[in-house]
Amino acid sequence: MSDETAIDMKKGKTSTKAFRKTAAKPDGAMYVLCLYVTGLTPKSIMAIANVQKLCETHLAGNCELKVIDIYQQPQLAREEQIVATPTLIKKQPLPVRRLIGDMSDTERFLAGIDLKPRNS
Amino acid sequence: MGRLKHVVDVLEKCPTGIKGLDEITKGGLPKGRATLICGSAGSGKTLFAMEFLMHGAMDYGEPGVFMTFEETPEDLARNFISLGFNLHDMMSRGLIATDHVHIERSEVKETGEYDLEGLFIRLGNAIDSVKAKRVVLDTIEALFSGLSNAAILRAEIRRLFLWLKDRSVTAIITGESGDKRLTRYGLEEYVADCVIFLDFRTEVQISTRRLRIVKYRGSSHGSDDYPFLIDESGLSILPITSLGLDYPVSTERIATGVPKLDAMLEGKGFFRGSTILVSGTAGTGKTSLSATFADAACRRGERCLYFAFEESPSQIIRNMGSIGMDLARWVKKGLLKFHSVRPSLYGLEMHLLTFHKVIESFNPHVFIVDPISNLSSAGTVSEVKSILTRLLDYLKMKKISTFLTDLTHFTGSLEHTSEEISSLIDTWLLLRDIERNGERNRGLYILKSRGMAHSNQIQEFLLTNHGIDLIDIYTGSGEVLTGSARATQGAEEKASEMARQREVDRRLREQERKRNALEAKIAALRAEFNVETEELNLMAEEEQQRQAVLSEDRLDMAHLRKGKPLATRQNVRKRSGKGE
Repeated sequence: MSDETAIDMKKGKTSTKAFRKTAAKPDGAMYVLCLYVTGLTPKSIMAIANVQKLCETHLAGNCELKVIDIYQQPQLAREEQIVATPTLIKKQPLPVRRLIGDMSDTERFLAGIDLKPRNS
Repeated sequence: MGRLKHVVDVLEKCPTGIKGLDEITKGGLPKGRATLICGSAGSGKTLFAMEFLMHGAMDYGEPGVFMTFEETPEDLARNFISLGFNLHDMMSRGLIATDHVHIERSEVKETGEYDLEGLFIRLGNAIDSVKAKRVVLDTIEALFSGLSNAAILRAEIRRLFLWLKDRSVTAIITGESGDKRLTRYGLEEYVADCVIFLDFRTEVQISTRRLRIVKYRGSSHGSDDYPFLIDESGLSILPITSLGLDYPVSTERIATGVPKLDAMLEGKGFFRGSTILVSGTAGTGKTSLSATFADAACRRGERCLYFAFEESPSQIIRNMGSIGMDLARWVKKGLLKFHSVRPSLYGLEMHLLTFHKVIESFNPHVFIVDPISNLSSAGTVSEVKSILTRLLDYLKMKKISTFLTDLTHFTGSLEHTSEEISSLIDTWLLLRDIERNGERNRGLYILKSRGMAHSNQIQEFLLTNHGIDLIDIYTGSGEVLTGSARATQGAEEKASEMARQREVDRRLREQERKRNALEAKIAALRAEFNVETEELNLMAEEEQQRQAVLSEDRLDMAHLRKGKPLATRQNVRKRSGKGE
């Protein structure tokens, strides 16, 4: 959950450490998710809760979730191309996926992070 | 009271710095509000917005934020460096902040409710970073193609405009024009204060850009379609109505370069700053006449700008060499400047702007366009007229003498210009062909010349190897003759004149002879008379002597009879002389 990792990730490059970590787990890739929210608005709270729940049920803890408040780090909003909030960026495994909304649509969420085939 | 309040709340304006726009908007865009710039692709929306920011930052001390949804700041910087705007420099000086918002529908999955707070934060952050007073969103419509939930988008965009107003920044929102509405996504619904429409039309393969202020709440504004131009110095708008008819006039006269033409114009030539039109059919010598005028101007040491639409400068110089005119030396001296361009190269507005630019930089005394009729190939008659009206007004303001040529066609009246600008012309010369006896000659006359008593005579216009000459055409015996007919007539007249002269001489000589004879006679008579007079005098003298002798004899006789001595004869003679 450290910020350094988040900043490394934002460039779309994988650090050596992260690469090793991923490579060491051939069976199930480690999920790195960043959730960008705007303070504690109802949508933010809803999104955080939804993502946490979905990570537990579908990724079985094999998931690193970072929640970032862009009110506090507005520069990150620009660097990460955040327009809509909440935005979830799946950094690992590649490819990078972006999801927006409060993640209340589970089907679309799972398709969005490549846990289900994209059919929509 | 209400009225007073209204006056106090008068709309503040934010100057754009775009040439001409602040004139037609009477000060600029509404300050602290959003303005929508809409137009089709390539109509100059981004440039408009960028100029607004650049001028704000450079000239009005108002830093700005450029939020781009399409191009990256690097691309923008590259695009605008050619227009003289250094975006990187402005960014490093903290006068302009840019933010590239990239949104791609295929990369984003929507999983429920969201808002655009991220965008607000970015914009707010950018505004704070340079303390911006001006904001550009180019173009926010990209959101509609990037995000699918139109209901959320509309609500958020509405909120964005309110938010911008709260921050009291002057904003420009660009939008692509739609089929029926001004913009594809109806942005005009949100931006209620000022809407400017940029039009980019191509008519007969020539494109013209136009700008129209669709609405401007709380302000009067020009409502015409204003042509505008994009060139290496950016965007410039030419307000059609900005020039009035209150220019100063000059009474100074300038020579035409043809002494006989000067003579036709009260012997002084044209007025300085007047507009002169020479119209004529092909090959009547229009270019020669304009080159002569240019030559005359350069001889006076004035600068002359020559716009040639048909010939290249070198061709004109060569051709004028054939009538004994050396224009190359004036070019070398920098007094004469040619500007040759095909009229169809670009639209009329571009031509007008080119005229303006070259005139501004060269600052000529004399301006020649040869010919203006070619401009009509770049636009419709009314457009050409509007362009020329503005050009001529502008030239009059600057007191530049303008010499235009117009190619008239064989069909239709000669006293007619295809551009319908005759009313704008001060002095109108007409060159025409006079066809007769199997030859074609040129005639010149003055159709009108405002403010002077000009000649009404048609003159024969001759191109000789030492320039242009005008000759009185033969108008004797009720006929008008030119060319060789005139020459023949002239020769005939000369012959009969000589014959008449000889006759007169002959008569004079005869008279002289008569006079001599008469005088001889008079002399003879006088001699005879003198002789007679002399004889008469002699006779009278003799008679007197005879009488005297007679009386003496009588006295002697009397003495003798009385017996007195002859000694007293002397005294008696004396006494008798006294007494009788």
